[in-house]
Amino acid sequence: MPRRLLRNGQIVEDEWLYFAEAEADAESRAEDADASPLILTFDQWQAERDRWMTSEGRGSGERGRTGERRRLGVILLPAHKVEQLLPDLERFDLVGAEFSGPSEGRGYTQGRLLRERWKFQGELRATGYVHRDQLFFLARCGFNSFELPDSDLAHAVTALSTFTAAYQPSNDAGLPLKLPRRLPDTPASA
Amino acid sequence: MYRYDSTDKTLVEERVAQFRDQTRAFLAGELSDDEFRHLRLRNGLYIQRHAPMLRVAIPYGLLSSTQLRTLAHIARRYDRGYGHFTTRQNIQYNWPKLEEVPDILADLARVEMHAIQTSGNCIRNTTSDHLAGVTPNELEDPRPWCEIIRQWSTFHPEFTYLPRKFKIAVTGAPQDRAASLVHDVGVHIVRGPDGELGFEILAGGGLGRTPIIGQVVREFLPRRHLLSYLEAILRIYNLEGRRDNLTKARIKILVKSLGIEEFRRRVEAEWELIRDGGLTLDEAEIARMRGFFTPPAYRSLTDIDPTLGPAGDDRGAAFKAWYRYNTVAHKIPGYRAVYVSLKKPDVPPGDATDAQLDLLADLADRYSFGEARVTHTQNLLLADVEQNEAFALWEALDKAGLATPNIGTLTDMICCPGLDFCSLANAGSLDVAKLINERFDDYDYLYDLGEIDVKMSGCMNACGHHHVGAIGILGVDKGGQEWYQITIGGAAGADASLGSVIGPSVAKHEVAETIARLLDVYVERRTPEERFLDTVRRLGVKPFKERVYAAPAAA
Repeated sequence: MPRRLLRNGQIVEDEWLYFAEAEADAESRAEDADASPLILTFDQWQAERDRWMTSEGRGSGERGRTGERRRLGVILLPAHKVEQLLPDLERFDLVGAEFSGPSEGRGYTQGRLLRERWKFQGELRATGYVHRDQLFFLARCGFNSFELPDSDLAHAVTALSTFTAAYQPSNDAGLPLKLPRRLPDTPASA
Repeated sequence: MYRYDSTDKTLVEERVAQFRDQTRAFLAGELSDDEFRHLRLRNGLYIQRHAPMLRVAIPYGLLSSTQLRTLAHIARRYDRGYGHFTTRQNIQYNWPKLEEVPDILADLARVEMHAIQTSGNCIRNTTSDHLAGVTPNELEDPRPWCEIIRQWSTFHPEFTYLPRKFKIAVTGAPQDRAASLVHDVGVHIVRGPDGELGFEILAGGGLGRTPIIGQVVREFLPRRHLLSYLEAILRIYNLEGRRDNLTKARIKILVKSLGIEEFRRRVEAEWELIRDGGLTLDEAEIARMRGFFTPPAYRSLTDIDPTLGPAGDDRGAAFKAWYRYNTVAHKIPGYRAVYVSLKKPDVPPGDATDAQLDLLADLADRYSFGEARVTHTQNLLLADVEQNEAFALWEALDKAGLATPNIGTLTDMICCPGLDFCSLANAGSLDVAKLINERFDDYDYLYDLGEIDVKMSGCMNACGHHHVGAIGILGVDKGGQEWYQITIGGAAGADASLGSVIGPSVAKHEVAETIARLLDVYVERRTPEERFLDTVRRLGVKPFKERVYAAPAAA
């Protein structure tokens, strides 16, 4: 069953495949596997950077059916610095931050830096330990897609509207509404 | 004082609704214990020895009489008729029912209060000098800056899941009454090279298992950059603070391991990238915040000596002692700041009953412009009392058991709740406080000893700040028995220092005798005008240690 997630305030089926999923898919139904957008781990990207950045993707190395380059995403672990992605950031349509547990908070900074400092415009996804009560804060840090446990997914849309105001300037890319703010709406300059 | 606008009001009300739903989900079995723990902790709700404990924030210690009455109401309606004031300008309720906590939060929201971020690994209540705005030699009232920090830190999206808790204290006078040097960040209002006011920023102070005095990160920060600089510090901490070991996760460990120079270099580099962004404070915003803390309508008075009655009659030794010890100078002629002692010998330090809180609300209305403050030393304060009304105020406080004339003396102890309430504690602290009070009940002796900070913690988490007590007492567990390690020479003010352990820990029944021996050495060896702390600093631990361990306690 395809993964469902919350993206831009909507519950949607995920068209992205993680590398391991793509491998499994490739065996069962070779037809589509090469066409799906693909999420790499940080290590996979690093280990075979030339291959991912120069070729169009995995498998035959041929262009997909539409002739487009294969869409790629990468997942940061908490200890990774977003600056490590910079050389190839433009090649990624998706960057994910993995939350390893309930007290992991580095991803919030990673999100803000990607959006505000490095102007990342693609999908910013929260994965791992992500629950509904984190969504508002994650969205304010620029995350616009969330892999949640199914039990939380039903509540997820309303969780984004838990608060309807905020004090801090931030990047609210993931929020359905623009929040009234106490401080001026100027994102950090750099 | 600061009044909520629609943004503040919306946020606290939405928080109440959120917590109500979280509590419902937990009670319905939709959330596990562990999932709920992470949520309730961000709302000041611990599960303690007997019941949940709810910690309510009193931002920078300031309370209106209306808020005091609500605190009394909560004690009466939801608790067992009392609350406990902490060293960080919070009040704790020890007996609320979990299912009623959302109602408590709703009652608090009605009077512009909350329990947001009073626990959990996030930015905690911003604390300050309880004499802010009234102390004579203050450079500037720190409270507008505290409120600016409170707002910036409330629901900060990036810093809600820090490696560990994060505490900020702000002072505006040369004396440090907020223990800012043992905070994660200390903010001192100082005058810069061009005479303008700005901030000295310190980081890396803290107590607990590894006590460290904070170090200067930046000597002078122009005021408009306060928030961007704090944001840079928090960002470096959020990314680089240790998350693999809870006991090494505070910012003090990061500062210590990097060294202050490297820590500063990283903070400054980050700050350079964000310093002129959206967090820059413009003069209009600063002025708006200051507008909430303008002086009340003081009358034009001259200083008098209220220990003499209207006809020049003597008002008695008890009032005189109280006036001398429990009131301090005010910057406006004819006024005094009056401490309300929560250190009555037979009452746990920092506790106040619902009736006392209601009375204080009335007294605040009558004598102090309807406001009261909470001190770091677990007392309350009426900041703006006319000297000619001090006698009437004393009579009212005395009747209610709130005029114990011991502020700054040995029995004005800072004390955590200890084993009686706290699930972390190794040993009792309240009963030791009681033993000390019983042993030292002679006020002539206490006054002769002068200023001595006694601080006691029931475990090494150091909620009672024992490391920075002139006499510090730490409860330890030795084979299931409660023992106490004694330190001397600590201080929490502008001359902050960590106390030194005098030797092996002592049994509970020996604590008071141990203190008596320390005091004997002081009385014998002090020079005129020397405080206990000064004598310890001059002589070192040795003579004190020798006396304490010379012979077994007589009793």
